[in-house]
Amino acid sequence: MAGYDYDVVILGGGPGGYVAGIRAGQLGLKAAVIERDKVGGVCVNEGCIPSKALIHQAELFRSIPSLKEIGLSVDTKGFDYKAVFDKSRKASDALMKGVQFLLKKNKAVTIPAEGTLSGRNEITLKDGKKITGKNIVIATGSRPRVIPGFEFDEERVLSSTGAIMLTKLPKKAIILGAGAIGVEFAHIFNAFGVEVHLVEMLDRILPIEDAEAVKVLARAFQKRGVQMYTGTKAVSVQKTAGGVSVVLEDKGGARKAVDADQILVVVGRTPNTDGIGLEKVGITTEKGFIPVGDFNQTKVSGIYAIGDVVNTPLLAHVAFKEAEIAIEHMAGKSPEPRIDPLSIPSATYCEPQVASFGLPEWKAVEQKLSFAKASFPYRGAGKSVALEQTEGFVKVIYEPKTKEILGVHIVGADATEIMHEMLLGRTAELLPEDIALMIHAHPTLSEAVGEAMRAVEGWAIHV
Amino acid sequence: MPEKILMMALSPTMDTGTLARWRKKEGDTVAVGDVLCEVETDKATMDYESTSEGTLLKIVVPAGGQAKVGDTIAILGKPGEDFSALLADARPAVAKAPAASATGAARAPTPVPAGASTAPMAHAHVPASGRVRSSPLARRIAAQKGIDLRSLQGSGPEGRIVKRDLDAAPVRAVSGVMAARQAGQAPAVPSYTPGPGDEVVPLSSMRRIIARRLSESMFSAPHYYLTVAVAMDELLATRTRLNAGREKRASINAFLLAMAGRALLRHPKVNSTWNGDSIIRHTTADIGLAVALPDGLITPVVRDCGRKGILAIDGDLAGLVERARAGKLLPAEYEGNTFTISTLGSAGIDEFTAVINPPGSAILAVGAIRKEPVVGDNDTIAIRQRMRVTLSCDHRVIDGAVGAAFLRELADMLENPMLALA
Repeated sequence: MAGYDYDVVILGGGPGGYVAGIRAGQLGLKAAVIERDKVGGVCVNEGCIPSKALIHQAELFRSIPSLKEIGLSVDTKGFDYKAVFDKSRKASDALMKGVQFLLKKNKAVTIPAEGTLSGRNEITLKDGKKITGKNIVIATGSRPRVIPGFEFDEERVLSSTGAIMLTKLPKKAIILGAGAIGVEFAHIFNAFGVEVHLVEMLDRILPIEDAEAVKVLARAFQKRGVQMYTGTKAVSVQKTAGGVSVVLEDKGGARKAVDADQILVVVGRTPNTDGIGLEKVGITTEKGFIPVGDFNQTKVSGIYAIGDVVNTPLLAHVAFKEAEIAIEHMAGKSPEPRIDPLSIPSATYCEPQVASFGLPEWKAVEQKLSFAKASFPYRGAGKSVALEQTEGFVKVIYEPKTKEILGVHIVGADATEIMHEMLLGRTAELLPEDIALMIHAHPTLSEAVGEAMRAVEGWAIHV
Repeated sequence: MPEKILMMALSPTMDTGTLARWRKKEGDTVAVGDVLCEVETDKATMDYESTSEGTLLKIVVPAGGQAKVGDTIAILGKPGEDFSALLADARPAVAKAPAASATGAARAPTPVPAGASTAPMAHAHVPASGRVRSSPLARRIAAQKGIDLRSLQGSGPEGRIVKRDLDAAPVRAVSGVMAARQAGQAPAVPSYTPGPGDEVVPLSSMRRIIARRLSESMFSAPHYYLTVAVAMDELLATRTRLNAGREKRASINAFLLAMAGRALLRHPKVNSTWNGDSIIRHTTADIGLAVALPDGLITPVVRDCGRKGILAIDGDLAGLVERARAGKLLPAEYEGNTFTISTLGSAGIDEFTAVINPPGSAILAVGAIRKEPVVGDNDTIAIRQRMRVTLSCDHRVIDGAVGAAFLRELADMLENPMLALA
């Protein structure tokens, strides 16, 4: 305890790092957060937050046709995407300042510099200054993954960062990768009138989500004119005078060239574990990730790793939780040693939204688990009809004997919000009847959740 | 900053410990791994090692004092730090010590599913109202599997029993008594008003455990008893020959364990555990030997008696019995028996019946060896040294013919030791 500058030094000020700093302060630990760019990391500045701001603006724009239905004529000639972009920056800025405030409020010191590990209890900054800590938390996050041949120039070939920073939209764009990020950008671009070509190597967009839920989204995208190529990979990209030319190859080997103004490559993220000094403390990575055991401890006593550098889902809320686990453990508390992977929510904010946790049906089948399923269509909840947003359903996968909730998949308006009632059901080990018998306010979309649980018991009412 | 040192659960059945002796005093420096104090639990006296470093600022529970698991027993920190806030705090949550993992390790060689854990029933966190905190899912699983919630230790918030606690619990049929408990009612206990000369003796942890475990065994396992009179002449002569010239003479118990072990391997149905919806057959005979203690008893277990030699078993027993009498047995040394032997011969008892000691499904009660007239071949009378043994069997697991075959073979092996090798 004696002799260290801080109780904990946190390398990285993104969602993992700043939450670690705040929690450390709350528990009375002297903490420093070393951040080379802006606190809040990718999430606040280039990811979660600005993308949700863009999506909100996209929804406003998409509601223009329905305004026409009530006699309003909207002149879209003056549409200025730069103004949309500015709003997203405003949101990021406000939250980034909010994170700075929270760190200060909790007495965590922010050190604006780039640091690397130089010893078990030491980080060395770029200017040579050494910072020592009784414990170290590695929270250096991740960056967009590069495919050889598709290197980012952020002009013709964009990463998600480049796409978030666009001040002008292309007329035609190819999006490589239909995970949550690719699907959200497809949604935004298409909403603002860009011709979108969405390419995915696996057999459907959002491949890790439940297949039935994805079908609903894919249908909606199709109706909106998003061109989707599944089971297809991109072979090469050539920069042309006006943009890019990309050669696609499908499963049968047939090739086709697609031209566009820009291509957005969002096929995953690479952990920032190179060049941070792991070798100085004897930590070797596995597939780029830092191996950790209970409480996010690395094999070096006193050094923890959280967030995108660890092989858990690359989600901000996972980083938040891992930050709490690591800090609470080092402060002598007993948090859960590991996050239950089936209780991690996943959210895709396109329209209709897709939200889920636990096992998708295809995984339950693959693992040969005994399961049953029940679902309830959005249409059965009156609110959806009043909102003119009736597409979607709430689906529950459960263990037939005990009715333990194994997975929930919601596609539809506000799915990302109404999923939490079910998630609480899983984490508090409630039974479907506990949720089914609870009075849900009418008219709300949450009624679809209550009714889905009634369907599990066999007594859904509004279907 | 100062931190509380809490009383840890040093064994799965511990809920209170007595501070036997402080090995550090206030003002001493403590390093990680130093023994802070000795704690007397329901089973043994254990060393409490520190997991932090610092100076022992205050001893909260003095030597001789009692503390419940989770109570603060001392404060550790930097000299001069103010720890008054910590003393004022409410009692923190139950802490579980690594000793519990040793239980699992003892059974590791046998391919036994986790459900057949051999840990003795852990004490449930039961608040004064008698209701056990549990999640709805855990309650349903317990009801479906016939598990008594009150026998479990909850690992959820505030000691709540959650699904994973049931995954580790031994499964057993719910008797009427336990069904009542599971419904949240404490079984009715008659209370007596002590007379003027009566002494009211508070229950020790060991007494509580014995009462609970053996009641549960008797109430859930349908016991029946098989008795055989064994001629011990050959075995005693064999023992004399084996011990000739040996400084350390092998005990009779070592022979009993060796023979019983071999008989169990030949009769795997007897070497089994009732598991609610299945029966676990064990591939090693781990036999517990009942050892009397001043205020109770304990059964240290000798592992793999079916394959160990008599001398090896004797060596194991010597160490175990010594530690048992000193109150220093580790949980891994008294848990996980597949069979038990109890002897009261030295107490002058001719024959008796014993209560089955779970997770075993049978127990052998051994009486004294007495010279008796016996009718031999051609109706002649001879004097033999006879010992009456009574086997208690759990009829859910062991049917009469099965128990009889095992006991007969064991008796034959005792009467004719070479049969153990045949």
